[in-house]
Amino acid sequence: MALQAAGSASSQPSAQRPGTQRTITLRIARSNPAHDSTTVGFDDFDVPYEKWTTVLDAILEVKKMFDHSVGVRYSCRQATCGSCGMMINGRPRLACFTKIDELNSSVVTVEPLQNFPVIRDLAVGFDSLFENHREVRPYLDRDDTELDNTPDGELKEYAQSPEELEQYIQFANCIKCGLCNAACPTMATDSSFLGPQALAQAYRYVGDSRDRGKDSRLKMIDDSHGIWRCHFAGSCSQVCPKGVDPAMGIQMLRGYMLGFGGGNQKK
Amino acid sequence: MASVDQEGGDAAGGGSSSNNSSSGARAAADGNRAGIGGMIHPGKYGIERVAYWLMRLTGLGLLAYFIGHIYETSSILQGKMGWDDFLAITQTTEGHILLAIVIGMCVFHTVNGIRVMLGHGGVGVGRAARPDYPYVPASQNYRHKIGIYTAIVLAAIAMMYGLAVMFGV
Ligand code: HEM
Ligand code: SF4
Ligand code: FES
Repeated sequence: MALQAAGSASSQPSAQRPGTQRTITLRIARSNPAHDSTTVGFDDFDVPYEKWTTVLDAILEVKKMFDHSVGVRYSCRQATCGSCGMMINGRPRLACFTKIDELNSSVVTVEPLQNFPVIRDLAVGFDSLFENHREVRPYLDRDDTELDNTPDGELKEYAQSPEELEQYIQFANCIKCGLCNAACPTMATDSSFLGPQALAQAYRYVGDSRDRGKDSRLKMIDDSHGIWRCHFAGSCSQVCPKGVDPAMGIQMLRGYMLGFGGGNQKK
Repeated sequence: MASVDQEGGDAAGGGSSSNNSSSGARAAADGNRAGIGGMIHPGKYGIERVAYWLMRLTGLGLLAYFIGHIYETSSILQGKMGWDDFLAITQTTEGHILLAIVIGMCVFHTVNGIRVMLGHGGVGVGRAARPDYPYVPASQNYRHKIGIYTAIVLAAIAMMYGLAVMFGV
């Protein structure tokens, strides 16, 4: 059933803003596994959009105008919090960072992120993502702290050169949105795989000159469901909205572990 | 929230993979797992994803051929007659086409395998740098794309050469 949005060209000709207002059909996957594990349906809504309308805007329009029960998670609306990842026309994307216009499609289908358990409709559970992230010890690991006072009573900082910062800063851009894990072909079948998000974060700390926890971190990922499960299909990097390029981090980390001295990582 | 999550994961059970994990959180991730079909996704993720599943398919194809090959060559134990009988199978049109496919699989798997091994060692995957919009991933670069297309083109040439020799063109 396609519902017609209020505010479309025919109903409000006088209130029209300048520019061409067009309409797409938004197909929203509906399911509620806690109550019914088998039924996954789609509801279609005709939604007007402008050049700047994002997929998240369109979903919120549906919630406002037609069906407020659509389950969706979002927060920042600016590609920063990592909450709104979903399959948009079959590819993992951030709904707030994807404009309807750029999809070049009269039907936009939104489904929950693949490889994550569905909570309801478009919202998925991130327990495994966060658990795997925690497993690679995502923090500077050392005995002293930046807050230790030096003998003369000054706070001391860990010194780091701009070149040393360049080694890892790209990987520190990760917003834990899980798009990479949704695109990964290994994640599609291996429920124990750490996944590109966690592995890239392992590299983020291994590549950080201030870190001293390399050994325990490498031990953690040196596992048949760890770094060796990556086949370098590169799909994670193609969908990452923040330029983290997890595939690069994983290959450089593996190169380092194999003794290739991979990439720009110093021994 | 966590309990809803967990329930959702178990109830959805869409993925076909077996649950071989000890961690509860990871087990819950089995719901909505894309499964074997989700490995493929042609067209959605570029030539690198195509190379990924071609590598797997050719690896399995070569393994199947390798087993068949051992069986084939073991026919020598039945003497010259047995050997000649078996070799005759490969002298048919179907046999020629099959061998041409094996040649293609072999060349693609070897050339792409060298590319993958270099990539796995961190060779040719670009350098880490401060990311800038529109965030083109440096690891998905022309070097590896050229490697993939080279593997495909060389495999095609080898297949054509093989067919030409076998059919005596
Ligand atoms: C010089 C020749 C070869 C090279 C350079 C090579 C290289 C590779 C590499 C690098 C991989 C891992 C790919 C990945 O991580 O996705 C692989 C996988 C594989 N290879 Fe080979 N290989 C060669 C010959 C063979 C032969 C002769 C066979 C069969 C008897 C074979 C069977 C396989 C299989 C079954 C896989 C696993 C496929 C997968 O899990 O994706 N390979 N090969
Ligand atoms: S690496 Fe990129 S795609 Fe993966 S969780 Fe981080 S920001 Fe998202
Ligand atoms: S709403 Fe925060 S990333 Fe989309």
